Amino acid sequence: MFKNVYNWIDERLDITPIWRDVADHEVPEHVNPAHHFSAFVYCFGGLTFFITVIQILSGMFLTMYYVPDIINAYASVEYLQTKVAFGQIVRGMHHWGASLVIVMMFLHTMRVFFTGSYKAPREMNWVVGMLIFFVMLGLGLTGYLLPWDNKAYFATKVTLEIANSVPVMGPVLKELMQGGTIVGAETLTRFFALHVFFLPAVLLILLVGHFIMIRRQGISGPL
Amino acid sequence: MAHKGKNGSEEKVVFVGDSRVKKGNGFITPPDYTAYPGKSEAFIPNFLLKEWMVGVVVLVGILVLTISEPAPLGFPADAGATVIPIPDWYFLFLYQYLKLPYASGDYIVLGTLGVTGVAFGALLLAPFLDTGRERRFYRRPIASSLMFLSLVAIIYLTNTAWTEYQHEMAETGQIPEDVQREEKAAENRAKGLPTTSAVQAKDIAIVDKDDPAMALFKQATCVTCHAVDLKGGAGPSLRGVGDTHDKEAILTIIKEGQGQMPPMYETAMGAGLTEQDIDSLAGWLAKQKSEQ
Repeated sequence: MFKNVYNWIDERLDITPIWRDVADHEVPEHVNPAHHFSAFVYCFGGLTFFITVIQILSGMFLTMYYVPDIINAYASVEYLQTKVAFGQIVRGMHHWGASLVIVMMFLHTMRVFFTGSYKAPREMNWVVGMLIFFVMLGLGLTGYLLPWDNKAYFATKVTLEIANSVPVMGPVLKELMQGGTIVGAETLTRFFALHVFFLPAVLLILLVGHFIMIRRQGISGPL
Repeated sequence: MAHKGKNGSEEKVVFVGDSRVKKGNGFITPPDYTAYPGKSEAFIPNFLLKEWMVGVVVLVGILVLTISEPAPLGFPADAGATVIPIPDWYFLFLYQYLKLPYASGDYIVLGTLGVTGVAFGALLLAPFLDTGRERRFYRRPIASSLMFLSLVAIIYLTNTAWTEYQHEMAETGQIPEDVQREEKAAENRAKGLPTTSAVQAKDIAIVDKDDPAMALFKQATCVTCHAVDLKGGAGPSLRGVGDTHDKEAILTIIKEGQGQMPPMYETAMGAGLTEQDIDSLAGWLAKQKSEQ
């Protein structure tokens, strides 16, 4: 039954090569911790992706309760944190996951740097990886404001002041992010839109590029 | 395109002409790892299952962290609050760096664009700066020592930022707001009060609290349902009732009732009020407007 359905779709869309490209490849010994324990350093990239998936899923559940306006944002987060069943867990996963994803990504970057894996022919994948790093930092920055408590509010004020101090572009950048002359309702909705739509979209595109390049080029060889 | 294997009876059908689906070039040829000595294994399922075990350990770690340390939440944003601003921990090194004398004030451009821009730019373009074929870090002294130096600087700056923050908090006698909120909520919970710290709708004040009608309001048993503070109980709150009802409407409700409220005129008379009293009571209620 399942096979027939699969064959029916495959005849029309030729999907086999797609998943075979993803699934059918060998993992060399030198990156396999089962053979050399020290190869655990090659796990950080996969773990970064794993935590990113957790972030996306927990974030999706958070938006079921979160209200991005200055009157209700805090109240909705507090309600989620204190009243909703498992709300504290889901918010906790998103909060701690945000830190862990930075840690894992940092470790992954260091592994790639110190094993010289960014060298030819993998230069482009390094650049895409760094862009992913910057997008992740952007996600952290925009997500920090969303609970709309004092810590979020004053940290964002400082961030925007720093953005303002960049020559020429600064004031424009600040006003674009702030959406006006003060940190207020418009800032919150902009950060929300960036955090939930713009940056994740950019992130997913970059991740696809990152993975396609890995499949094309394979994992770098042993040192 | 149905893949029946090499000796399958069916020919492989490839759509051409009107089909928008491209004829594929087959698989991306996986790199041949036979060049490396050792045992390679299939990604799916062998390696992925092992990797999933590592993933499960990490997931359990996150859940333990989540349950033992709930995500912090302070008090609602208030522009007038005195709070020492602090970014999330992974921005601390940048935050502290931009406080350094030669990265702030008159030299802020050096801080934001100069060093930071050069550092992040170099990181972004590392493969084009470090172009040698050598991969081992101890054979790439310049790249490796620059990275080590950056790591030491990041750790130092992060630590300084956090220590200074803690010091400043202690000096001004501040407690982190998330801790304060937890304590306040626990106190209120013990007293049976609402535990929320969210900004509540503004309290509407009672107009003319000293008016003799206030005493009549109690005497006429209105308080049974509408409460002594007019905030309501079984009946609705009467604070600001004047916004929606004039004196005539209020008199009608007293005489005829409304919704679940029975006619209260007789009861009020029985409690010793005169027609005059009820009239002034209705007049006083009509004056209950939220904005003066």
